[in-house]
Amino acid sequence: MADEEKPEGSAVPPPPGAEAAGATDKPAPPAAKPAAPKPAAPAHPAPPKPPAIMVTAPWESDITELLKERFGGDITEFSSYLGQSFLIAKPHAVIPILETLKLELDFDYLVDVTAVDYPKRPERFEVVYILYSFARNERIRVKTMVADGYSPATAVPVHLAANWLEREVFDMFGIQFAGHPNMRRILMPEEWQGYPLRKDYGILQQDEAWVQENLGIESGQ
Amino acid sequence: MPEATFLDATELVINMGPQHPSTHGVLRVILKLDGEKVNGTECIIGYLHRGVEKIGENRTYQQFAPYVDRMDYVAAVSNGLGYCLAVEKLLNIEAPPRAQAVRVILTELNRIASHLLWLGTHALDIGAITPVFYCLREREEVLKIFENYCGARLTTHAFRIGGLQYETYDGFEEEVKKFCDWFIPKVDEYEELLTNNRIWVGRLKGVGILSAEECKEYGVTGPVLRAAGVAWDLRKAQPYSGYEQYDFDIPTAENGDTYDRYTVRMEEMRQSTRILRQAVDRIPSGPIIGKVPKVVKPPVGEAYVAIEAPKGELGYFIVSDNSTQPYRMRVRPPSFVNLQALDCMVRGGLVADVVAIIGTLDIVLGEVDR
Repeated sequence: MADEEKPEGSAVPPPPGAEAAGATDKPAPPAAKPAAPKPAAPAHPAPPKPPAIMVTAPWESDITELLKERFGGDITEFSSYLGQSFLIAKPHAVIPILETLKLELDFDYLVDVTAVDYPKRPERFEVVYILYSFARNERIRVKTMVADGYSPATAVPVHLAANWLEREVFDMFGIQFAGHPNMRRILMPEEWQGYPLRKDYGILQQDEAWVQENLGIESGQ
Repeated sequence: MPEATFLDATELVINMGPQHPSTHGVLRVILKLDGEKVNGTECIIGYLHRGVEKIGENRTYQQFAPYVDRMDYVAAVSNGLGYCLAVEKLLNIEAPPRAQAVRVILTELNRIASHLLWLGTHALDIGAITPVFYCLREREEVLKIFENYCGARLTTHAFRIGGLQYETYDGFEEEVKKFCDWFIPKVDEYEELLTNNRIWVGRLKGVGILSAEECKEYGVTGPVLRAAGVAWDLRKAQPYSGYEQYDFDIPTAENGDTYDRYTVRMEEMRQSTRILRQAVDRIPSGPIIGKVPKVVKPPVGEAYVAIEAPKGELGYFIVSDNSTQPYRMRVRPPSFVNLQALDCMVRGGLVADVVAIIGTLDIVLGEVDR
């Protein structure tokens, strides 16, 4: 920040008595202010605005061919961004896709299950499964959009690792996974109300009733 | 009427933790016991939950960097490296070669420090008191190097997005070299104390076996996976920060038991010094930080970047909406995922083995709970 202001300040010649008395500093800023925007504009032209959507490249490989043939319209997009491939599938097709990927394409390691909340979309949650294949040394993501209240099927029968990861997604976003063996909160207290990682849950917001009852204090903040 | 004896009528349920010296933090394990045999466990976690991911969504990219050090606080440098690499990926920039080399040196030093703390506390859990003093003594030397480099010992915040904040100090290279020469005999010393020690072998061999298939099924990575015979290390599989330039081996073992995890980690410390020696000899000259905008605003998009932390695969999944703050900041913590395999490892074992197995998983609750 300090560096940016330097050229503006140096453009204005210092008043003759500036070094001698501190009082002469006062007239300088008003003189600098009207002058500042004019030289700044040509010197720093506004950078081109980046696009408002993710600029993806199409993703084509033997994986996409097999999946296209098997699932057809259930997979709506095969893309890659920054060299990382992902596909977007309809919620009901996710588990069969994970199974096919595991059994036929060697994606035997479920790295992570997580979600992203977009409150303005009709299907507000994006559930993301990150997969890795030891045999191919390749990482892909399977994404699906679900509405609030929709229960996507659990991935536990395919990958045991999904157990805690899905519990965390439920804990933080309130997405119930149908058929999960133990769909309870994992990090937050079990009686806690609200789902902290939703976008409409404020950073200072908390379950005041729980805090008062269990911690015996008025507020945790 | 079936005969109900005292022994099979009740299953004893006991709490281990959250305040228990061998749970290495605030981990609570509910043990279902039949005599001394463990029939099942349930982990209760979250006592240290601070909402790191939520904080990440409410801080700028630079502001969030010190927070990641507080997750796995015994390997803060690795956390910082993963975070910086993930943001750099989103910005599509790369740190200059000099910064990459210094990053590798500090990360490997941190791997040694993390493994030393693991070894000391693990041995203490088993009943060997001496190693913890030795390990902390050697770890101190690593922390001194960190302190000389950036002023902090544990939560270092050593890296910045795009490179480094600080140039190395005078005599940095010599000090790291001196540490390597001094450290290798110390590893031999630990091995003399433990490797063939009858009690040590008796307590660890055949305990808490996790096969390669089970590791993959549970998503377990790091030394635990390598001890099961899978030679997989992200530094080799998908090299980052210039790891492809260095010559080192991936130590593995066959049985996947607690003893094998011990030998794998011991060998990893030796391999880390190998990397350190090579890296110190050829730190390139040049800038330490790349061209990074003052206001970090990655274009709309998402990226998942993972590194090989001392505990396993540490990943960051960041979604950017082209604002100064991440839209979603997901951390894939190795400790959280590895801890999930605890039930599979202790089932059918003895209560005393639970302590050994929690120790061998090398979890840090700050990272499990985030």
